[in-house]
Amino acid sequence: MSAASTSLARAIRLHAGRLPWGKLLIHATLIGGALVMVIPFLWMLTLSLKPAALTHQPPYLIPTHFEVANYEKAWQAAPFARYYLNTLVMTVGIVLGQVLLSSLAAYAFARLRFPGREVLFLIFLATMMIPLYVILIPSYLIIDWLGWIDSYAALIVPRLVSVFGIILLRQYYQGIPRELDEAAMIDGASRLGIWWRIILPLSGPGLATLGIFAFMFAWNDFLWPLVVINDPDMRTVQLGLAMFQGRYGTQWTLLMAGTVTATLPTLIVFLIGQRWFIQSVAQSGVKG
Amino acid sequence: MSIVAPLRARWRQANRQGDLSAAALALAPAVLLFAVFNIYPLLYSGYLSFMEWDGFSPQRTYVGLENYQSIYESAQFRNALSVTLKYMVGVTALGVALGLVIAMLLNSGIRGQNIYRMIYFLPVVTSTVAAAVVWRYLMTPGIGYADVFLRNVGLTPPSPTWLRNPTWALRIVILVGLWKRLGFNIVVFLAGLQNIPKDYYEAATVDGAGVWARFRHMTIPLIAPITLMLVIMSLIDAFLIFDVVYVMTEGGPVGTTEVVGFLLYRQAFHYFNLGTASAMGWVIFAIVFTATLILWKFFGVRESGL
Repeated sequence: MSAASTSLARAIRLHAGRLPWGKLLIHATLIGGALVMVIPFLWMLTLSLKPAALTHQPPYLIPTHFEVANYEKAWQAAPFARYYLNTLVMTVGIVLGQVLLSSLAAYAFARLRFPGREVLFLIFLATMMIPLYVILIPSYLIIDWLGWIDSYAALIVPRLVSVFGIILLRQYYQGIPRELDEAAMIDGASRLGIWWRIILPLSGPGLATLGIFAFMFAWNDFLWPLVVINDPDMRTVQLGLAMFQGRYGTQWTLLMAGTVTATLPTLIVFLIGQRWFIQSVAQSGVKG
Repeated sequence: MSIVAPLRARWRQANRQGDLSAAALALAPAVLLFAVFNIYPLLYSGYLSFMEWDGFSPQRTYVGLENYQSIYESAQFRNALSVTLKYMVGVTALGVALGLVIAMLLNSGIRGQNIYRMIYFLPVVTSTVAAAVVWRYLMTPGIGYADVFLRNVGLTPPSPTWLRNPTWALRIVILVGLWKRLGFNIVVFLAGLQNIPKDYYEAATVDGAGVWARFRHMTIPLIAPITLMLVIMSLIDAFLIFDVVYVMTEGGPVGTTEVVGFLLYRQAFHYFNLGTASAMGWVIFAIVFTATLILWKFFGVRESGL
Protein backbone atom coordinates (compact mmCIF):
# COMPACT_ATOMS: atom_id res chain seq x y z
CA MET A 1 0.00 0.00 0.00
CA SER A 2 2.67 2.46 0.98
CA ALA A 3 4.71 1.50 -2.07
CA ALA A 4 1.86 2.31 -4.35
CA SER A 5 0.98 5.63 -2.78
CA THR A 6 2.62 8.66 -4.24
CA SER A 7 3.33 11.97 -2.71
CA LEU A 8 0.17 13.27 -4.33
CA ALA A 9 -1.52 10.65 -2.22
CA ARG A 10 0.27 11.95 0.82
CA ALA A 11 -0.66 15.49 -0.08
CA ILE A 12 -4.32 14.61 -0.39
CA ARG A 13 -4.11 12.61 2.81
CA LEU A 14 -2.71 15.63 4.58
CA HIS A 15 -5.52 17.64 3.14
CA ALA A 16 -8.00 14.95 4.11
CA GLY A 17 -6.60 15.04 7.62
CA ARG A 18 -8.05 18.48 8.01
CA LEU A 19 -11.37 17.37 6.56
CA PRO A 20 -12.18 14.07 8.28
CA TRP A 21 -14.75 13.33 5.60
CA GLY A 22 -12.31 13.71 2.68
CA LYS A 23 -11.46 10.06 2.33
CA LEU A 24 -15.03 8.96 2.74
CA LEU A 25 -16.02 11.43 0.08
CA ILE A 26 -13.45 9.96 -2.31
CA HIS A 27 -14.74 6.46 -1.65
CA ALA A 28 -18.34 7.61 -2.03
CA THR A 29 -17.55 9.16 -5.41
CA LEU A 30 -15.63 6.11 -6.59
CA ILE A 31 -18.33 3.72 -5.41
CA GLY A 32 -20.96 5.82 -7.18
CA GLY A 33 -19.01 5.56 -10.42
CA ALA A 34 -18.34 1.87 -9.89
CA LEU A 35 -22.07 1.27 -9.45
CA VAL A 36 -22.76 2.85 -12.84
CA MET A 37 -20.17 0.50 -14.30
CA VAL A 38 -21.51 -2.61 -12.57
CA ILE A 39 -25.28 -2.12 -12.50
CA PRO A 40 -25.80 -2.99 -16.18
CA PHE A 41 -24.08 -6.34 -15.51
CA LEU A 42 -26.22 -6.97 -12.43
CA TRP A 43 -29.41 -6.24 -14.34
CA MET A 44 -28.28 -8.38 -17.22
CA LEU A 45 -27.65 -11.29 -14.88
CA THR A 46 -30.72 -11.00 -12.66
CA LEU A 47 -33.14 -10.22 -15.46
CA SER A 48 -31.93 -13.31 -17.29
CA LEU A 49 -33.09 -15.31 -14.24
CA LYS A 50 -36.50 -13.71 -13.76
CA PRO A 51 -39.92 -14.95 -14.90
CA ALA A 52 -40.92 -13.07 -18.03
CA ALA A 53 -44.24 -11.76 -16.70
CA LEU A 54 -42.66 -9.82 -13.87
CA THR A 55 -40.43 -7.67 -16.03
CA HIS A 56 -43.33 -5.43 -16.93
CA GLN A 57 -43.73 -4.18 -13.40
CA PRO A 58 -41.50 -1.46 -11.99
CA PRO A 59 -38.04 -2.99 -11.92
CA TYR A 60 -36.56 -4.75 -8.93
CA LEU A 61 -33.05 -6.13 -8.83
CA ILE A 62 -33.13 -9.41 -6.92
CA PRO A 63 -35.22 -12.19 -8.48
CA THR A 64 -37.78 -13.72 -6.14
CA HIS A 65 -37.30 -17.09 -7.76
CA PHE A 66 -34.79 -18.20 -10.32
CA GLU A 67 -36.04 -18.97 -13.78
CA VAL A 68 -33.17 -20.98 -15.24
CA ALA A 69 -35.53 -22.03 -18.01
CA ASN A 70 -34.86 -18.65 -19.66
CA TYR A 71 -31.51 -20.01 -20.74
CA GLU A 72 -33.06 -23.16 -22.15
CA LYS A 73 -35.60 -21.08 -24.05
CA ALA A 74 -32.99 -18.68 -25.37
CA TRP A 75 -30.70 -21.51 -26.46
CA GLN A 76 -33.66 -23.14 -28.22
CA ALA A 77 -34.91 -19.94 -29.86
CA ALA A 78 -31.46 -19.35 -31.30
CA PRO A 79 -28.73 -21.98 -31.73
CA PHE A 80 -26.33 -20.41 -29.23
CA ALA A 81 -24.42 -23.68 -28.93
CA ARG A 82 -23.73 -23.47 -32.63
CA TYR A 83 -22.77 -19.78 -32.29
CA TYR A 84 -20.34 -20.74 -29.54
CA LEU A 85 -18.76 -23.37 -31.75
CA ASN A 86 -18.42 -20.93 -34.65
CA THR A 87 -16.94 -18.24 -32.44
CA LEU A 88 -14.62 -20.72 -30.81
CA VAL A 89 -13.27 -21.94 -34.15
CA MET A 90 -12.86 -18.37 -35.35
CA THR A 91 -11.24 -17.17 -32.14
CA VAL A 92 -8.81 -20.08 -31.89
CA GLY A 93 -7.87 -19.62 -35.54
CA ILE A 94 -7.27 -15.89 -35.17
CA VAL A 95 -5.38 -16.19 -31.88
CA LEU A 96 -3.09 -18.99 -33.08
CA GLY A 97 -2.56 -17.35 -36.43
CA GLN A 98 -1.77 -13.94 -35.01
CA VAL A 99 0.58 -15.35 -32.40
CA LEU A 100 2.44 -17.56 -34.88
CA LEU A 101 2.64 -15.19 -37.85
CA SER A 102 3.36 -12.10 -35.75
CA SER A 103 6.09 -13.98 -33.96
CA LEU A 104 7.73 -15.08 -37.20
CA ALA A 105 7.55 -11.62 -38.74
CA ALA A 106 8.70 -9.95 -35.54
CA TYR A 107 11.67 -12.32 -35.41
CA ALA A 108 12.64 -11.34 -38.94
CA PHE A 109 12.38 -7.65 -38.11
CA ALA A 110 14.19 -7.94 -34.78
CA ARG A 111 16.97 -10.38 -35.63
CA LEU A 112 17.53 -10.96 -39.33
CA ARG A 113 19.43 -8.66 -41.64
CA PHE A 114 18.03 -8.27 -45.11
CA PRO A 115 17.76 -5.42 -47.59
CA GLY A 116 14.61 -3.29 -47.30
CA ARG A 117 13.93 -4.29 -43.72
CA GLU A 118 13.17 -0.79 -42.45
CA VAL A 119 11.02 0.09 -45.45
CA LEU A 120 9.01 -3.10 -45.12
CA PHE A 121 8.49 -2.47 -41.42
CA LEU A 122 7.26 1.05 -42.15
CA ILE A 123 4.78 -0.33 -44.68
CA PHE A 124 3.48 -2.73 -42.04
CA LEU A 125 3.14 0.17 -39.61
CA ALA A 126 1.28 2.24 -42.16
CA THR A 127 -1.33 -0.50 -42.65
CA MET A 128 -2.42 0.13 -39.07
CA MET A 129 -3.97 3.32 -40.34
CA ILE A 130 -6.29 1.49 -42.72
CA PRO A 131 -9.74 1.40 -41.12
CA LEU A 132 -11.96 -1.58 -41.92
CA TYR A 133 -14.47 0.74 -43.62
CA VAL A 134 -12.20 1.61 -46.52
CA ILE A 135 -11.39 -2.03 -47.33
CA LEU A 136 -14.79 -3.45 -46.41
CA ILE A 137 -16.27 -3.64 -49.91
CA PRO A 138 -13.20 -4.98 -51.78
CA SER A 139 -12.54 -7.47 -48.98
CA TYR A 140 -16.11 -8.69 -49.31
CA LEU A 141 -15.67 -8.97 -53.09
CA ILE A 142 -12.45 -10.97 -52.64
CA ILE A 143 -14.10 -13.32 -50.15
CA ASP A 144 -17.02 -13.72 -52.54
CA TRP A 145 -14.66 -14.40 -55.45
CA LEU A 146 -12.84 -17.02 -53.40
CA GLY A 147 -16.21 -18.64 -52.62
CA TRP A 148 -15.62 -18.13 -48.90
CA ILE A 149 -18.89 -16.41 -47.95
CA ASP A 150 -20.38 -18.25 -44.93
CA SER A 151 -17.15 -20.06 -44.14
CA TYR A 152 -14.66 -20.10 -41.29
CA ALA A 153 -11.99 -19.08 -43.78
CA ALA A 154 -13.79 -15.77 -44.33
CA LEU A 155 -13.85 -15.13 -40.59
CA ILE A 156 -10.26 -16.14 -39.97
CA VAL A 157 -7.91 -15.70 -42.91
CA PRO A 158 -8.19 -11.92 -43.51
CA ARG A 159 -7.44 -11.29 -39.82
CA LEU A 160 -4.51 -13.65 -39.38
CA VAL A 161 -1.88 -10.94 -39.23
CA SER A 162 -1.75 -8.31 -36.52
CA VAL A 163 0.51 -5.29 -36.92
CA PHE A 164 0.05 -4.58 -33.24
CA GLY A 165 1.35 -8.10 -32.58
CA ILE A 166 4.37 -7.62 -34.83
CA ILE A 167 5.31 -4.34 -33.10
CA LEU A 168 4.74 -5.79 -29.63
CA LEU A 169 6.80 -8.94 -30.25
CA ARG A 170 9.56 -7.17 -32.18
CA GLN A 171 10.09 -4.97 -29.16
CA TYR A 172 9.98 -8.01 -26.91
CA TYR A 173 12.54 -9.89 -29.00
CA GLN A 174 14.91 -6.94 -28.99
CA GLY A 175 15.07 -7.45 -25.24
CA ILE A 176 16.23 -11.08 -25.51
CA PRO A 177 20.07 -11.23 -25.33
CA ARG A 178 21.70 -11.89 -28.69
CA GLU A 179 24.32 -14.08 -27.04
CA LEU A 180 21.71 -16.83 -26.86
CA ASP A 181 21.26 -16.71 -30.65
CA GLU A 182 24.99 -16.75 -31.20
CA ALA A 183 25.51 -19.71 -28.92
CA ALA A 184 22.82 -21.66 -30.76
CA MET A 185 24.35 -20.57 -34.07
CA ILE A 186 27.71 -22.00 -33.11
CA ASP A 187 25.92 -25.22 -32.17
CA GLY A 188 24.74 -25.34 -35.76
CA ALA A 189 21.17 -24.12 -35.43
CA SER A 190 19.58 -22.53 -38.48
CA ARG A 191 18.01 -19.08 -38.29
CA LEU A 192 14.49 -20.46 -38.11
CA GLY A 193 15.76 -23.11 -35.71
CA ILE A 194 16.83 -20.30 -33.40
CA TRP A 195 13.36 -18.79 -33.63
CA TRP A 196 11.76 -22.12 -32.78
CA ARG A 197 14.12 -23.27 -30.05
CA ILE A 198 15.42 -20.05 -28.46
CA ILE A 199 13.12 -17.10 -29.16
CA LEU A 200 9.73 -18.76 -29.01
CA PRO A 201 10.22 -20.53 -25.66
CA LEU A 202 11.48 -17.26 -24.15
CA SER A 203 8.62 -15.09 -25.36
CA GLY A 204 5.80 -16.53 -23.25
CA PRO A 205 4.61 -13.26 -21.64
CA GLY A 206 4.72 -11.39 -24.95
CA LEU A 207 2.80 -14.13 -26.74
CA ALA A 208 0.28 -14.28 -23.91
CA THR A 209 -0.35 -10.53 -24.03
CA LEU A 210 -0.90 -10.70 -27.76
CA GLY A 211 -3.07 -13.79 -27.30
CA ILE A 212 -5.34 -12.04 -24.78
CA PHE A 213 -5.77 -9.00 -27.02
CA ALA A 214 -6.44 -11.22 -30.02
CA PHE A 215 -9.00 -13.22 -28.06
CA MET A 216 -10.88 -10.10 -26.94
CA PHE A 217 -10.80 -8.68 -30.45
CA ALA A 218 -12.02 -11.88 -32.09
CA TRP A 219 -14.71 -12.73 -29.56
CA ASN A 220 -16.25 -9.24 -29.60
CA ASP A 221 -15.86 -8.47 -33.30
CA PHE A 222 -19.04 -7.59 -35.14
CA LEU A 223 -18.87 -5.67 -38.44
CA TRP A 224 -16.75 -8.13 -40.43
CA PRO A 225 -18.81 -11.22 -39.45
CA LEU A 226 -21.95 -9.19 -40.21
CA VAL A 227 -20.73 -8.64 -43.76
CA VAL A 228 -19.40 -12.09 -44.69
CA ILE A 229 -21.93 -14.30 -42.90
CA ASN A 230 -25.47 -14.81 -44.23
CA ASP A 231 -26.12 -18.40 -43.18
CA PRO A 232 -27.78 -18.37 -39.71
CA ASP A 233 -25.80 -21.51 -38.81
CA MET A 234 -22.50 -19.73 -39.39
CA ARG A 235 -23.21 -16.77 -37.11
CA THR A 236 -20.80 -15.84 -34.36
CA VAL A 237 -22.10 -15.20 -30.85
CA GLN A 238 -22.12 -11.40 -31.29
CA LEU A 239 -23.81 -11.65 -34.66
CA GLY A 240 -26.32 -14.15 -33.29
CA LEU A 241 -27.08 -11.88 -30.35
CA ALA A 242 -27.68 -8.87 -32.60
CA MET A 243 -30.02 -10.91 -34.83
CA PHE A 244 -31.69 -12.43 -31.75
CA GLN A 245 -32.48 -8.96 -30.43
CA GLY A 246 -33.89 -8.05 -33.84
CA ARG A 247 -36.40 -10.90 -33.53
CA TYR A 248 -37.07 -11.03 -29.80
CA GLY A 249 -36.61 -7.30 -29.23
CA THR A 250 -38.86 -7.05 -26.18
CA GLN A 251 -38.59 -10.52 -24.67
CA TRP A 252 -36.09 -9.13 -22.22
CA THR A 253 -35.56 -12.21 -20.08
CA LEU A 254 -34.60 -14.32 -23.09
CA LEU A 255 -32.57 -11.49 -24.53
CA MET A 256 -30.62 -11.09 -21.30
CA ALA A 257 -29.99 -14.83 -21.15
CA GLY A 258 -28.49 -14.44 -24.62
CA THR A 259 -26.46 -11.43 -23.54
CA VAL A 260 -25.03 -13.25 -20.54
CA THR A 261 -24.18 -16.09 -22.89
CA ALA A 262 -22.35 -13.71 -25.21
CA THR A 263 -20.47 -11.87 -22.47
CA LEU A 264 -19.46 -14.59 -20.05
CA PRO A 265 -16.36 -15.98 -21.84
CA THR A 266 -14.65 -12.58 -22.16
CA LEU A 267 -15.49 -11.69 -18.58
CA ILE A 268 -14.02 -14.97 -17.34
CA VAL A 269 -10.86 -14.53 -19.40
CA PHE A 270 -10.57 -10.96 -18.15
CA LEU A 271 -11.05 -11.88 -14.50
CA ILE A 272 -8.40 -14.59 -14.77
CA GLY A 273 -5.80 -12.48 -16.54
CA GLN A 274 -7.00 -9.21 -15.08
CA ARG A 275 -3.88 -7.63 -13.61
CA TRP A 276 -1.82 -8.71 -16.54
CA PHE A 277 -4.33 -7.38 -19.02
CA ILE A 278 -4.64 -4.01 -17.31
CA GLN A 279 -0.87 -3.76 -17.05
CA SER A 280 -0.34 -4.22 -20.75
CA VAL A 281 -2.99 -1.58 -21.50
CA ALA A 282 -1.35 0.78 -19.03
CA GLN A 283 2.10 0.21 -20.47
CA SER A 284 1.40 0.28 -24.14
CA GLY A 285 -1.62 2.53 -24.19
CA VAL A 286 -3.05 0.07 -26.64
CA LYS A 287 -6.56 -1.19 -27.08
CA GLY A 288 -7.21 -4.66 -28.45
CA MET B 1 42.24 -14.21 -30.40
CA SER B 2 43.88 -15.33 -33.60
CA ILE B 3 41.43 -18.21 -33.96
CA VAL B 4 38.32 -16.22 -33.03
CA ALA B 5 38.64 -13.46 -35.65
CA PRO B 6 38.49 -15.58 -38.86
CA LEU B 7 35.76 -17.73 -37.29
CA ARG B 8 33.73 -14.60 -36.69
CA ALA B 9 34.21 -13.41 -40.25
CA ARG B 10 33.03 -16.76 -41.61
CA TRP B 11 30.12 -16.84 -39.22
CA ARG B 12 29.05 -13.41 -40.34
CA GLN B 13 29.19 -14.39 -43.98
CA ALA B 14 27.07 -17.48 -43.43
CA ASN B 15 24.77 -15.56 -41.15
CA ARG B 16 24.05 -12.97 -43.76
CA GLN B 17 23.10 -15.58 -46.33
CA GLY B 18 21.07 -17.56 -43.85
CA ASP B 19 19.35 -14.34 -42.84
CA LEU B 20 18.01 -13.67 -46.26
CA SER B 21 16.32 -17.01 -46.85
CA ALA B 22 15.08 -17.19 -43.28
CA ALA B 23 13.62 -13.68 -43.51
CA ALA B 24 11.88 -14.57 -46.75
CA LEU B 25 10.31 -17.62 -45.12
CA ALA B 26 9.41 -15.84 -41.90
CA LEU B 27 7.83 -12.86 -43.60
CA ALA B 28 6.15 -14.58 -46.54
CA PRO B 29 2.85 -15.43 -44.83
CA ALA B 30 2.41 -12.00 -43.23
CA VAL B 31 3.39 -10.11 -46.38
CA LEU B 32 1.18 -12.23 -48.59
CA LEU B 33 -1.87 -11.89 -46.33
CA PHE B 34 -1.33 -8.17 -45.97
CA ALA B 35 -0.98 -7.68 -49.69
CA VAL B 36 -4.16 -9.63 -50.43
CA PHE B 37 -6.36 -8.43 -47.56
CA ASN B 38 -5.12 -4.89 -46.86
CA ILE B 39 -3.07 -3.28 -49.62
CA TYR B 40 -4.97 -4.66 -52.59
CA PRO B 41 -8.42 -3.87 -51.11
CA LEU B 42 -7.23 -0.34 -50.32
CA LEU B 43 -6.25 0.27 -53.93
CA TYR B 44 -9.30 -1.56 -55.19
CA SER B 45 -11.64 0.67 -53.19
CA GLY B 46 -9.72 3.70 -54.49
CA TYR B 47 -10.49 2.43 -57.99
CA LEU B 48 -14.14 1.72 -57.11
CA SER B 49 -14.52 5.24 -55.72
CA PHE B 50 -14.22 6.53 -59.29
CA MET B 51 -16.84 4.09 -60.59
CA GLU B 52 -20.56 3.74 -60.54
CA TRP B 53 -21.39 0.12 -59.78
CA ASP B 54 -24.11 -1.86 -58.00
CA GLY B 55 -21.93 -4.91 -57.32
CA PHE B 56 -23.93 -7.22 -59.59
CA SER B 57 -24.02 -5.89 -63.13
CA PRO B 58 -20.99 -6.72 -65.26
CA GLN B 59 -20.63 -3.10 -66.22
CA ARG B 60 -18.84 -0.48 -64.17
CA THR B 61 -19.06 3.10 -65.38
CA TYR B 62 -16.18 5.49 -64.85
CA VAL B 63 -17.57 8.68 -63.33
CA GLY B 64 -14.40 10.53 -62.32
CA LEU B 65 -14.75 12.50 -59.11
CA GLU B 66 -18.53 12.43 -59.22
CA ASN B 67 -18.84 10.14 -56.18
CA TYR B 68 -16.68 12.44 -54.11
CA GLN B 69 -18.59 15.45 -55.33
CA SER B 70 -21.92 13.82 -54.57
CA ILE B 71 -20.96 12.92 -51.00
CA TYR B 72 -19.52 16.41 -50.55
CA GLU B 73 -22.87 17.84 -51.59
CA SER B 74 -24.96 15.16 -49.89
CA ALA B 75 -26.95 16.42 -46.92
CA GLN B 76 -27.01 12.85 -45.64
CA PHE B 77 -23.23 12.56 -45.53
CA ARG B 78 -22.85 15.98 -43.95
CA ASN B 79 -25.41 15.02 -41.35
CA ALA B 80 -23.51 11.77 -40.71
CA LEU B 81 -20.25 13.66 -40.31
CA SER B 82 -21.80 16.09 -37.87
CA VAL B 83 -23.47 13.29 -35.87
CA THR B 84 -20.16 11.42 -35.75
CA LEU B 85 -18.35 14.57 -34.69
CA LYS B 86 -20.81 15.16 -31.84
CA TYR B 87 -20.33 11.57 -30.73
CA MET B 88 -16.54 11.86 -30.92
CA VAL B 89 -16.46 15.11 -28.96
CA GLY B 90 -18.95 13.83 -26.38
CA VAL B 91 -17.18 10.55 -25.67
CA THR B 92 -13.71 12.09 -25.79
CA ALA B 93 -14.34 15.21 -23.70
CA LEU B 94 -16.37 13.43 -21.03
CA GLY B 95 -14.19 10.32 -21.15
CA VAL B 96 -10.93 12.21 -20.73
CA ALA B 97 -12.21 14.61 -18.05
CA LEU B 98 -13.93 11.91 -15.99
CA GLY B 99 -11.04 9.52 -16.62
CA LEU B 100 -8.55 11.99 -15.19
CA VAL B 101 -10.69 12.82 -12.16
CA ILE B 102 -11.26 9.16 -11.30
CA ALA B 103 -7.62 8.26 -11.90
CA MET B 104 -6.57 11.05 -9.53
CA LEU B 105 -9.02 9.86 -6.89
CA LEU B 106 -7.67 6.33 -7.31
CA ASN B 107 -4.13 7.64 -6.99
CA SER B 108 -4.84 9.44 -3.73
CA GLY B 109 -3.63 6.58 -1.58
CA ILE B 110 -7.02 5.11 -0.83
CA ARG B 111 -7.55 1.42 -0.22
CA GLY B 112 -8.91 -0.91 -2.84
CA GLN B 113 -7.30 0.79 -5.83
CA ASN B 114 -6.99 -2.47 -7.74
CA ILE B 115 -10.59 -3.48 -7.15
CA TYR B 116 -11.92 -0.12 -8.31
CA ARG B 117 -9.66 -0.22 -11.36
CA MET B 118 -10.88 -3.69 -12.26
CA ILE B 119 -14.54 -2.71 -11.94
CA TYR B 120 -14.09 0.40 -14.06
CA PHE B 121 -12.32 -1.71 -16.67
CA LEU B 122 -15.07 -4.35 -16.94
CA PRO B 123 -17.08 -2.54 -19.65
CA VAL B 124 -13.94 -2.20 -21.81
CA VAL B 125 -13.73 -5.96 -22.29
CA THR B 126 -17.47 -6.40 -22.74
CA SER B 127 -18.68 -6.75 -26.30
CA THR B 128 -20.26 -3.62 -27.68
CA VAL B 129 -23.22 -5.59 -28.99
CA ALA B 130 -23.99 -6.96 -25.53
CA ALA B 131 -23.49 -3.56 -23.93
CA ALA B 132 -25.85 -1.95 -26.43
CA VAL B 133 -28.52 -4.62 -25.82
CA VAL B 134 -28.34 -4.15 -22.05
CA TRP B 135 -28.45 -0.36 -22.26
CA ARG B 136 -31.39 -0.55 -24.65
CA TYR B 137 -33.15 -2.50 -21.92
CA LEU B 138 -32.07 -0.10 -19.16
CA MET B 139 -33.51 2.84 -21.09
CA THR B 140 -36.84 1.17 -21.89
CA PRO B 141 -39.68 3.25 -20.39
CA GLY B 142 -41.32 1.75 -17.31
CA ILE B 143 -39.22 -1.43 -17.40
CA GLY B 144 -35.62 -0.33 -17.55
CA TYR B 145 -33.81 0.59 -14.38
CA ALA B 146 -32.05 3.65 -15.83
CA ASP B 147 -35.39 5.03 -17.03
CA VAL B 148 -36.94 4.59 -13.58
CA PHE B 149 -33.85 6.07 -11.93
CA LEU B 150 -33.90 9.14 -14.18
CA ARG B 151 -37.61 9.63 -13.49
CA ASN B 152 -36.90 9.50 -9.78
CA VAL B 153 -34.24 12.19 -10.00
CA GLY B 154 -36.77 14.36 -11.80
CA LEU B 155 -35.95 13.91 -15.48
CA THR B 156 -39.12 13.48 -17.47
CA PRO B 157 -38.63 10.86 -20.17
CA PRO B 158 -38.84 12.47 -23.60
CA SER B 159 -41.49 11.38 -26.03
CA PRO B 160 -41.93 8.82 -27.42
CA THR B 161 -38.97 7.07 -25.72
CA TRP B 162 -35.36 7.91 -24.86
CA LEU B 163 -34.02 6.14 -27.91
CA ARG B 164 -36.70 7.38 -30.30
CA ASN B 165 -36.42 11.02 -29.32
CA PRO B 166 -34.29 13.03 -31.79
CA THR B 167 -32.54 14.96 -29.02
CA TRP B 168 -31.97 12.09 -26.63
CA ALA B 169 -31.05 9.16 -28.88
CA LEU B 170 -27.55 10.43 -29.61
CA ARG B 171 -27.01 11.33 -25.95
CA ILE B 172 -27.80 7.76 -24.95
CA VAL B 173 -25.46 6.43 -27.64
CA ILE B 174 -22.75 8.75 -26.29
CA LEU B 175 -23.48 7.51 -22.77
CA VAL B 176 -22.94 3.90 -23.86
CA GLY B 177 -19.75 4.84 -25.71
CA LEU B 178 -18.54 6.65 -22.61
CA TRP B 179 -19.42 3.72 -20.36
CA LYS B 180 -17.33 1.44 -22.61
CA ARG B 181 -14.41 3.85 -22.92
CA LEU B 182 -13.94 5.29 -19.44
CA GLY B 183 -12.05 2.34 -17.91
CA PHE B 184 -9.45 2.44 -20.65
CA ASN B 185 -8.75 6.14 -20.04
CA ILE B 186 -8.59 5.59 -16.28
CA VAL B 187 -6.02 2.80 -16.58
CA VAL B 188 -3.79 4.84 -18.90
CA PHE B 189 -4.10 8.00 -16.79
CA LEU B 190 -3.43 6.10 -13.58
CA ALA B 191 -0.25 4.62 -15.08
CA GLY B 192 0.80 8.13 -16.07
CA LEU B 193 0.12 9.56 -12.62
CA GLN B 194 2.04 6.76 -10.96
CA ASN B 195 5.02 7.57 -13.17
CA ILE B 196 5.36 11.08 -11.77
CA PRO B 197 8.28 11.05 -9.30
CA LYS B 198 7.14 11.60 -5.72
CA ASP B 199 9.94 14.08 -5.03
CA TYR B 200 8.31 16.62 -7.33
CA TYR B 201 5.29 16.87 -5.09
CA GLU B 202 7.31 16.72 -1.92
CA ALA B 203 9.47 19.61 -3.10
CA ALA B 204 6.41 21.61 -4.11
CA THR B 205 4.72 20.92 -0.78
CA VAL B 206 7.81 22.06 1.09
CA ASP B 207 7.76 25.23 -1.00
CA GLY B 208 4.21 25.82 0.19
CA ALA B 209 2.23 24.88 -2.90
CA GLY B 210 -1.37 23.95 -2.08
CA VAL B 211 -3.44 21.15 -3.56
CA TRP B 212 -4.78 23.30 -6.37
CA ALA B 213 -1.38 24.83 -7.19
CA ARG B 214 0.19 21.38 -7.37
CA PHE B 215 -2.57 20.14 -9.64
CA ARG B 216 -2.49 23.20 -11.85
CA HIS B 217 1.27 23.65 -12.18
CA MET B 218 2.57 20.10 -11.77
CA THR B 219 0.04 17.37 -12.50
CA ILE B 220 -1.46 19.03 -15.56
CA PRO B 221 1.81 19.79 -17.38
CA LEU B 222 3.26 16.39 -16.47
CA ILE B 223 0.36 14.38 -17.83
CA ALA B 224 -0.34 16.66 -20.80
CA PRO B 225 1.39 14.27 -23.27
CA ILE B 226 -0.68 11.28 -22.09
CA THR B 227 -3.81 13.39 -22.24
CA LEU B 228 -3.12 14.42 -25.81
CA MET B 229 -2.46 10.80 -26.76
CA LEU B 230 -5.70 9.66 -25.15
CA VAL B 231 -7.63 12.44 -26.85
CA ILE B 232 -6.41 11.52 -30.33
CA MET B 233 -6.84 7.78 -29.75
CA SER B 234 -10.31 8.29 -28.39
CA LEU B 235 -11.25 10.53 -31.32
CA ILE B 236 -10.08 7.93 -33.85
CA ASP B 237 -11.78 5.12 -31.99
CA ALA B 238 -15.04 7.07 -31.70
CA PHE B 239 -14.88 8.08 -35.36
CA LEU B 240 -15.13 4.40 -36.32
CA ILE B 241 -18.24 3.69 -34.19
CA PHE B 242 -20.67 1.18 -35.67
CA ASP B 243 -21.91 -1.57 -33.31
CA VAL B 244 -23.77 0.61 -30.80
CA VAL B 245 -25.71 2.40 -33.51
CA TYR B 246 -26.47 -0.81 -35.37
CA VAL B 247 -27.95 -2.43 -32.26
CA MET B 248 -29.58 0.48 -30.46
CA THR B 249 -30.95 2.95 -32.99
CA GLU B 250 -30.16 1.86 -36.58
CA GLY B 251 -29.29 5.47 -37.28
CA GLY B 252 -32.69 6.80 -36.19
CA PRO B 253 -34.74 8.67 -35.25
CA VAL B 254 -34.68 10.73 -38.45
CA GLY B 255 -30.97 10.23 -38.95
CA THR B 256 -29.98 11.79 -35.62
CA THR B 257 -27.67 8.87 -34.81
CA GLU B 258 -26.60 8.01 -38.33
CA VAL B 259 -22.81 7.95 -38.00
CA VAL B 260 -20.53 7.75 -41.06
CA GLY B 261 -19.69 4.08 -40.57
CA PHE B 262 -23.34 3.12 -40.47
CA LEU B 263 -24.14 5.28 -43.50
CA LEU B 264 -21.29 3.64 -45.43
CA TYR B 265 -22.53 0.20 -44.44
CA ARG B 266 -26.05 1.01 -45.64
CA GLN B 267 -24.84 2.59 -48.88
CA ALA B 268 -22.78 -0.52 -49.62
CA PHE B 269 -24.93 -3.40 -48.40
CA HIS B 270 -28.49 -2.04 -48.55
CA TYR B 271 -28.46 0.35 -51.50
CA PHE B 272 -25.52 -1.22 -53.37
CA ASN B 273 -23.96 2.12 -54.23
CA LEU B 274 -20.48 0.63 -54.13
CA GLY B 275 -18.87 3.66 -55.77
CA THR B 276 -20.31 6.14 -53.30
CA ALA B 277 -19.56 3.87 -50.35
CA SER B 278 -15.95 3.44 -51.53
CA ALA B 279 -15.53 7.19 -51.82
CA MET B 280 -16.84 7.51 -48.26
CA GLY B 281 -14.36 4.86 -47.21
CA TRP B 282 -11.53 6.89 -48.68
CA VAL B 283 -12.69 10.04 -46.92
CA ILE B 284 -12.73 8.11 -43.63
CA PHE B 285 -9.30 6.67 -44.44
CA ALA B 286 -7.88 10.14 -45.18
CA ILE B 287 -9.14 11.46 -41.85
CA VAL B 288 -7.84 8.50 -39.82
CA PHE B 289 -4.52 8.61 -41.70
CA THR B 290 -4.02 12.27 -40.83
CA ALA B 291 -4.99 11.77 -37.19
CA THR B 292 -2.65 8.79 -36.84
CA LEU B 293 0.25 10.69 -38.39
CA ILE B 294 -0.31 13.46 -35.84
CA LEU B 295 -0.35 10.84 -33.08
CA TRP B 296 2.90 9.29 -34.30
CA LYS B 297 4.52 12.67 -34.79
CA PHE B 298 3.91 13.55 -31.17
CA PHE B 299 4.50 10.24 -29.48
CA GLY B 300 6.53 7.98 -31.69
CA VAL B 301 5.10 4.83 -33.12
CA ARG B 302 5.71 2.31 -30.38
CA GLU B 303 4.29 4.27 -27.48
CA SER B 304 1.08 4.99 -29.32
CA GLY B 305 0.91 1.75 -31.34
CA LEU B 306 -2.76 2.16 -32.06
